[in-house]
Amino acid sequence: MTHTPHRLEIENVDIGYGDKIVLRDLSFQVPHGARVAVVGPNGAGKSTLFKALVGILPLKSGRILIHGESLGTHKDCVAYVPQREDVDWRFPVTVQDVVMMGRFGQIGWLSRPSLRDKQLVAKSLEQMGISDLAARSIGELSGGQQQRAFLARAIAQEPHILLMDEPFTGVDVTTQEVTLNLLEYLQTQQVTTIISTHDLNLAASRFDLVLLVNHRLIAYGTPQQVFTKEHLASAFGNSLLVMENGMMLVDECCPPDEVHTHVEAK
Amino acid sequence: MNWLLEPLAYQFMQRGLLASVIVGVLCAVMGTYVVLRGMAFLGDAMAHAILPGVAVAYLFGGNLLVGAGVAAVLVALSIGFFSRQGQIKEDTAIGILFAAALSLGVALISTMQTYAVDLSHILFGNVLGVSPADLWMIAILSLLILLIVGLFYKPFLVISFDPVLAATLRLPAELLRNLMLVLLALTVVVSLQTVGVSLAAAMLVTPAATAYLLTRRLWPMMLVSALIGAVSSVIGLYLSYYFNIVSGSAIVLTATAIFLLGFLWKRTKSI
Repeated sequence: MTHTPHRLEIENVDIGYGDKIVLRDLSFQVPHGARVAVVGPNGAGKSTLFKALVGILPLKSGRILIHGESLGTHKDCVAYVPQREDVDWRFPVTVQDVVMMGRFGQIGWLSRPSLRDKQLVAKSLEQMGISDLAARSIGELSGGQQQRAFLARAIAQEPHILLMDEPFTGVDVTTQEVTLNLLEYLQTQQVTTIISTHDLNLAASRFDLVLLVNHRLIAYGTPQQVFTKEHLASAFGNSLLVMENGMMLVDECCPPDEVHTHVEAK
Repeated sequence: MNWLLEPLAYQFMQRGLLASVIVGVLCAVMGTYVVLRGMAFLGDAMAHAILPGVAVAYLFGGNLLVGAGVAAVLVALSIGFFSRQGQIKEDTAIGILFAAALSLGVALISTMQTYAVDLSHILFGNVLGVSPADLWMIAILSLLILLIVGLFYKPFLVISFDPVLAATLRLPAELLRNLMLVLLALTVVVSLQTVGVSLAAAMLVTPAATAYLLTRRLWPMMLVSALIGAVSSVIGLYLSYYFNIVSGSAIVLTATAIFLLGFLWKRTKSI
């Protein structure tokens, strides 16, 4: 692993809103093509980390390097699947329009989409199993279908790094399965995927690396290295129950208290 | 047939009709973004905020449109400035500047004596007083604004629908947002003559809201909205001619009637 060139480097980064720092002194490196699960309790700063990686939340200190260059140098390099509540679902766009937006970085402001753009869009729709929904309004779709539309847009963007915030929360089984298959496909394409999730089983079974955070980095490594009693206790505190046979339970009942900016909730 | 052609015998009616249609289309197209981005309050505020500019231009004998334009752009950029870092919410910034500009405008006007007639024209429009020079100005400005809306179709779509995608695509979102505010301000200025500042907000919102009910993609929404804007202007102006009502009101009421029809049609369709 250490011989692979590191494609995403986070160095001594502080991130927060206003005077409040949500994540402190974060440093980690992601080798290219890895699947990384970001886990931690509600309000630990997972969404905040994503916003910083996308570049919508400026860093308080430290730096983020992609391919050795600072964030923002590469156009289009990072694709992001936003949380549901960050999207205005009543906007007049079709599924096809949404996916085509992923190509806008390449098309240029004045040109029409090329044949290749159209093919990429069609392929992405097919890969997500929503080709038949292409002409429908985005608002008419079910939650899972909407998420797949945004995943299709993310792959149409041909990113090097794909970020997904809680793609497994509140969606149907088909969408979960399609999303997981996509992760495997993207790995074959050498695309780095970073995903936040509450599902620790999924994080342990379907990801190469796990990043455990709670306002700071608690542990980072393979699932075996990260999911130890000490690390989990340190991240989840009282919501962790360790049973006698070594089984551990993480209880997370409560609504997230992390700061989200709502554009328009449906 | 005669009743259709009769008003057009007058040159001022021809100019008025042309000006109304151009402004109807312009407001309707800009209005799609006003409706989709929830800027209705801003449009209304902008319309009133140009009053001090008009007053100053009148005091110094300058061109009213130029005065209005300068004031509108200043207010638009100030709103962007105050709400930029999220220190003040945008609608709060709008509320403050709107009230301040309106008060300043009224204060300036209250120092004059012969202003009553012109003030009512500015508030409610005077489409029959459009001079050939005014018509040229309206036409050129409208064409320019529509051209920019066309050129920036993709970036405007992205910043309106998904600001996060705009960030990942490294679009200059701040700049685009300000550009949109300036375009909105200029649109209000152009509508000064036909529907007046009080009713400009209605022409920004009503046709676009109707189109929103009838379409499901952005560019068809713009086209339908433009069509409604143009039709409302023509019908409104004829109503104004035959029933002797203020042209701005007649145009806005026509647009409202079309909205109600569209709303009912949508209702019956969904049942």
